[in-house]
Amino acid sequence: MAETGGGVPIELRGVTKTFPGAAGPAVDELDLTIAAGEIVVLLGPSGCGKTTTMRMINRLDEPTAGDILIGGRSSRDIDPDRLRRNIGYVIQQAGLFPHLTVAANIAQVPRLLKWDADRIERRVDELLTLVGLDPATFRQRYPRRLSGGQQQRVGVARALAADPPVMLMDEPFGALDPITRERLQDELLRLQEELAKTIVFVTHDVDEALKIGDRIAIMERGARIVQYARPAEILTAPAGEYVEQYLGGGSSMRLLRLTKVGDIRLDTVPHATAGADARQLLAEVEAGGRDFALIVDEAGRPRRWVSAADLARARGPVGELGEETGPPIGHRMTLQDALEALLNADSDLVPVAGRGQAYAGVLSLSTVQNAIQVIKARERERRRRRLSGLTGDGGRTEKDGTGGGGTGSGGTGSGGTGGGS
Amino acid sequence: MNLWEYIADRRDLLLFETAQHASMVAQCVLVAAVIGVVVGVVTYRRPRGAALATGTAGVLFTVPSLAMLGLLIPVLGLGVAPSVTAIVLYALLPIIRNTVVGLRGVDPMLVDAARGIGMSRLRALTRIELPLAWPVILTGIRVSTQLAMGIGAVAAYVSGPGLGEQIFSGLARLGGANAVNSTLTGTLGVALLALLFDACFVVLGRLTTPGERRG
Repeated sequence: MAETGGGVPIELRGVTKTFPGAAGPAVDELDLTIAAGEIVVLLGPSGCGKTTTMRMINRLDEPTAGDILIGGRSSRDIDPDRLRRNIGYVIQQAGLFPHLTVAANIAQVPRLLKWDADRIERRVDELLTLVGLDPATFRQRYPRRLSGGQQQRVGVARALAADPPVMLMDEPFGALDPITRERLQDELLRLQEELAKTIVFVTHDVDEALKIGDRIAIMERGARIVQYARPAEILTAPAGEYVEQYLGGGSSMRLLRLTKVGDIRLDTVPHATAGADARQLLAEVEAGGRDFALIVDEAGRPRRWVSAADLARARGPVGELGEETGPPIGHRMTLQDALEALLNADSDLVPVAGRGQAYAGVLSLSTVQNAIQVIKARERERRRRRLSGLTGDGGRTEKDGTGGGGTGSGGTGSGGTGGGS
Repeated sequence: MNLWEYIADRRDLLLFETAQHASMVAQCVLVAAVIGVVVGVVTYRRPRGAALATGTAGVLFTVPSLAMLGLLIPVLGLGVAPSVTAIVLYALLPIIRNTVVGLRGVDPMLVDAARGIGMSRLRALTRIELPLAWPVILTGIRVSTQLAMGIGAVAAYVSGPGLGEQIFSGLARLGGANAVNSTLTGTLGVALLALLFDACFVVLGRLTTPGERRG
């Protein structure tokens, strides 16, 4: 294995893992080739075997059958403890040792490799700087006094300590808040510019996978690979329903929580005040193809539903015909809350109150459904554009084993594209 | 003769017996700690082994100390041997139990992280698991020490060393000269010694637990 810099390829050949007492294999005859210096994301729902796949690479779980080649050597031929010292390992919530200082945590692997104290000390400071923590401030801190993001930075530093060619990252940013997660993802990409490690990254977050991965392996139960391709290809040519569902699904609920009623296109119905002429309103209703109209008060607030039949019988002004609408949906409500209100309402349509409680439109379940479809289509288009922006900038995905080029300035330049666009 | 005169009169003897008592307790607890932690380490991952170890120590624990000492006489005779054996046996239970509880309380994720970065089983145990379980183990040793203090006094029944001698000889001569003084001196001596040892454990706990982990 290489001593400094760069990554090595990993090859899984017919790897199977069956846990004792389990009904089926957790990983079923998996073949996967990971190129040197690439970030490969294993993406799939929990329990699909992606973590087990990763844990077999550093032999925390032993394969039941098959072989794993790391840098051309079968992992079976390497003592597991030695193997692991050459494979960085980052887990969710960092897994820092609470009784050791930040410096001591990072120094664990170099100590196992019996580096001398001076070299370890220099390396610790170098790594802290690399992951964006000031050595003087953080060296002697205990993990408990760090924020989640800082802990995970230290976790990454610990994994990088002996400059291993391979890094395994098991949902490393899963427990962080969205802003910190985004920032750490950007920094991981920036680091990767310089380090060019072979990284196996496990996540169930589609956005994270699309952002981080040079290639993504989408898995279903038994770690069966449904599609293994570059992010752009997965977006433009998803291999079947499962992938499409995975790309779109799951995000619907998120969209419902993030989108406000006022942001989507609402339905409209004929509406008038109680003083309006019934005949005239009926004509309007019939012209609109509906069989009811909404009566609003002087301030424009929705009040009553009135049916076409009622209007046909009426003479003169509409007056007090029809039934109460019940409470309207506010335009600042999220779609999720609006959905809740729709499901509890007596009628299929519920009026939406805009500014000053005035009528702004009506909402039905199908309106919400259509809106989500539209937003998703837009979202997918946005991802596609962001990705073409990334690959257009060229460097990261194509080059392997760079070394020259721009170690300092080049890194920051292309790192910016990752987060900026 | 009042209590103070009694103590002043036999100062050298009392100091000697106190030192003997302290030394006996300290050594017995040390032996029990080594055996207890080793038994705990060996058994904590095996539910049956751990149950067997704590069960056995628990049964020994229920035997009244006087009976235990008496039963040891035919095997080990009188004096130091049966005293030490009894104290060690009693001191084992809290240490084994706390070692098992302490080690089981270590977050499996941390053990996984330790193994994942290339620590051997033994190194993960000594560098990660035992240090993290240490506060719990230390509490077990502290409880054992208090136990050993009391049982050490009863050990005078088999002519064991220490302050128990004062208590037993006093009780044997009850009504005679200085009987109460003797008993009282022994009892107070043991109590003071127990407080002193406990204070030592508080200091030891502070010294062996990094500041930021406390509280």
